[in-house]
Amino acid sequence: MQPTNINDPEYFHKVVDCQYACPAHTPVPHYIRLIAAERYSEAYMVNWESNVFPGVLGRTCDRPCEPACRRDRVEDKPVAICRLKRVAADNKGDVSAYMPQGPFPSNGKKIALVGAGPASLTVARDLAPLGYELHIYDELKKGGGMMRSQIPSFRLPAEVLDEEVGFILNLGIHQHFNTYVSSMRDLLAQDYDAIFVGTGAPRGRALTDLPGYEDAKAHVHIGIEWLASVAFEHTEKIGRRVLVLGGGNTAMDCCRTSRRLGGEEVKVVVRSPFAEMKASPWEIEDAQREGIPFYNNHVPKAFVIENGKMAGMTFTKVEPVFDENGKRKMVPTGEPDVFFEADDVLVAIGQENSFPWVERDLGLDFDRWELPILDPLTHQSTIPKVFFGGDAAFGPKNVITAVAHGHQAAVSIDLFCTEQNLHKDRPDPMTNLVSQKMGIHEWSYDSYVAADHRYAVPHADNLVALKDRKLEVELGFDRETGFKEAQRCLNCDIQTVFTESLCIECDACVDVCPTACITFTTNGEEEDVRTRLSAPAHNLSQDLYVSDSLKTGRVMLKDENVCLHCGLCAERCPTAAWDMKKYLYQVTKAGHQCMHIG
Amino acid sequence: MSFIRPVFRHPESPKNDLGYTRQYYEGTLSTLCAGCGHDSISGAIIQACFEMNIEPHQVAKLSGIGCSSKTPAYYLGNSHGFNSVHGRMPSVTTGASLANRKLMYLGVSGDGDTASIGMGQFVHVIRRNLNMVYIVMNNGCYGLTKGQDSATADFGSINKSGVANLFQTIDLVGLALELGATFVGRSFSGDKTQLVPMIKAAMSHNGFAFIDVISPCVTFNNNVGSTKSYDYVRAHVEATSAIDLVPEKTEITTTYEEGTTKLIEMHDHSIIELHKLAEGWDPTNRHSAVERLQMSRNKGEILTGLLYVDTESKDLHELIETVPQPLNTLTKADLCPGGEMLERINGEFR
Repeated sequence: MQPTNINDPEYFHKVVDCQYACPAHTPVPHYIRLIAAERYSEAYMVNWESNVFPGVLGRTCDRPCEPACRRDRVEDKPVAICRLKRVAADNKGDVSAYMPQGPFPSNGKKIALVGAGPASLTVARDLAPLGYELHIYDELKKGGGMMRSQIPSFRLPAEVLDEEVGFILNLGIHQHFNTYVSSMRDLLAQDYDAIFVGTGAPRGRALTDLPGYEDAKAHVHIGIEWLASVAFEHTEKIGRRVLVLGGGNTAMDCCRTSRRLGGEEVKVVVRSPFAEMKASPWEIEDAQREGIPFYNNHVPKAFVIENGKMAGMTFTKVEPVFDENGKRKMVPTGEPDVFFEADDVLVAIGQENSFPWVERDLGLDFDRWELPILDPLTHQSTIPKVFFGGDAAFGPKNVITAVAHGHQAAVSIDLFCTEQNLHKDRPDPMTNLVSQKMGIHEWSYDSYVAADHRYAVPHADNLVALKDRKLEVELGFDRETGFKEAQRCLNCDIQTVFTESLCIECDACVDVCPTACITFTTNGEEEDVRTRLSAPAHNLSQDLYVSDSLKTGRVMLKDENVCLHCGLCAERCPTAAWDMKKYLYQVTKAGHQCMHIG
Repeated sequence: MSFIRPVFRHPESPKNDLGYTRQYYEGTLSTLCAGCGHDSISGAIIQACFEMNIEPHQVAKLSGIGCSSKTPAYYLGNSHGFNSVHGRMPSVTTGASLANRKLMYLGVSGDGDTASIGMGQFVHVIRRNLNMVYIVMNNGCYGLTKGQDSATADFGSINKSGVANLFQTIDLVGLALELGATFVGRSFSGDKTQLVPMIKAAMSHNGFAFIDVISPCVTFNNNVGSTKSYDYVRAHVEATSAIDLVPEKTEITTTYEEGTTKLIEMHDHSIIELHKLAEGWDPTNRHSAVERLQMSRNKGEILTGLLYVDTESKDLHELIETVPQPLNTLTKADLCPGGEMLERINGEFR
């Protein structure tokens, strides 16, 4: 194998599994240590700089970081990263002094942002300090987009969202709420130097072609529309018996909201098997905790009308069958159809992109799924000054992905407006690698590996929670539990850095390593080398760190897979060939802004 | 701060035939200097016991005084242990062995503990062929008292203060061969591929098994001019053979070229395989071992590997015909067989 190039910014980035998995690449261990040190405001700002909505995401993120967490491979459960983010947000002090301080001198460029969701707000946040004149448009009366219209208040209190949207709008953004942008042609005709489209995936799929729909439609609602209607207080009640169709997070929000608006018998009916439901496991758990049953492998067949009134729905029972190619098909079991009584039906079977306001003769091209054709890195459309981000760009994903898109689009817009090349002039990530050694047994991070199991977040009692749609169900960690959970973090950003010229091959690191990560052996092809390591190395997604040849002709090989970053190799190394170095990787924001805090 | 070893181990840690992982054979975290060769030897002992499927409670680990003699704390945390007086590990082990010959005795000692204060004990335990493994962690200096030359420091070896040793060295391997030790080997702490199978072979030996392990003292004797530094040993090491231990009941499937490999059946029926034999040397012939050792000494080589083994060795218990069971399991009926037996014994003297 070739010696590992640790100067490649992505090598050590990949070792920080959580940060690598995060679309916005938030430096997770960095802010978790700040939480453990009770430096909540700084922890908040590290988040804010990277993911813009720490309070929102600390409650609602899809948390791609957690399944990636090394703790999940070492122990059984990942660090509760998402809920620790909330600890930072809940306990932060006055952070206004840390925020970019306007007014910012104008650079004479004017940008339109269509839609006031997480993607557009991120673009606004990144570009405002650079002197751009930013105009944000949204048909709703307040900013936040789907974070406001689709995420129920019992998961995300309005004041949390208001505060974080406010931080951005207060940067001197020109706000055009209650304003529906109805024509891209008109927008292009105005004097904007660039246009960013962050209009989300606003159209919920319906079941209009099911028998009985026409007679039932007064009681059949599209999930996301119904949630928005509840959020803006146009809907305050629902029938006693509610059927929620769909197995995604929107379905979970619909069923739990129904329980709070008078739904007593709320059932979730899903086409797929339980294990394949799209909803996040914790959201399914939360729904189950509120006494909501799930009916899987049920395909909607018809709306049943009795005496001109909605009576319920019938479903066909199916089961998964695999064909020769291993492809799964849902096949009817032949059992009699199932009938569920219902007063209202909420349809949450997916959502789609929709751009009725973008004329198709402008030179802005769409693909066959009606998605804009974009450069995947720069987010630039076929009209150079129009950029897309969030769900509007590549289809429905999540808030953190929208934020990541926003950062990239902001970089692109800045490059575009300053007449630079969007690819070649794109700034590299900011990286920093610094030794943490302070003494013989002392590191400037807490190297002790806590054995605690993951702490559960306390919940409000069902009796209280179900009475009030706005009462937040998850109570969040208190500071003490937050500290304990923070201590579970393995500090994967504190890298084990090896200097072959110093190594005397005494084996001390090999002997002390608790998880047998390190091996000194002769070099070879990766496939062969992996069979000769101190411990099994089956996880091919994790790299082997390979040194150059040592004095004996052997090489040092470290399997990054289950390294605890405990620092024992470096402590037992007599020549400091191993050192523990903190690696900070930050995705560069527009304008090379360096706002590192903490 | 990390004086405490994390509780987590590799989730796919292999298990031995007893169902234990290597962790079951570990001790506490070492407090020796970082990079000490002794820690590697501890690691090799752990690995050997793990691979040999040894029940930790069937092992007694004993030591004297010195850096080396601290190490039993760092391996086999589930075994019996005795940290004895300086140089007196052999007699304590002899006593323990006489009381219970069923345990496996693993003694570790240093060059001071063996070649200076404990020399009298060492030569007599060889003479008696006590059934034990005796490992010397040999760094050629008194590390615990800041690195003075020890009796095993080579003539002319330069210590950390820059002073050459004026005195002749005691070669423990040569001495053991001369005194009739029935298993003699030498190895290097930085070469586990050799050391681990050698410890396993020593454990399979019936009688006194001696291994001299050169173990560099990184703090006081790893300087240029020292003959026990990592660099010097690596540059001058000469192995008699590559060694493998094949446990009993395992079929030997590989075939070897005539003259390059020797198979030696041990007392417990496991097989030592020696590959790439040095020329003019037979590990079962004491004379050839002494000769080979002398030849290397003249050439300035550090000869390692299994140097000599006597598979027909009779240990102390066989020589003095002790009872087979541990003394504490003897019942009153065993110890006091009654008047009839007394009559018979007395009859033999009439």
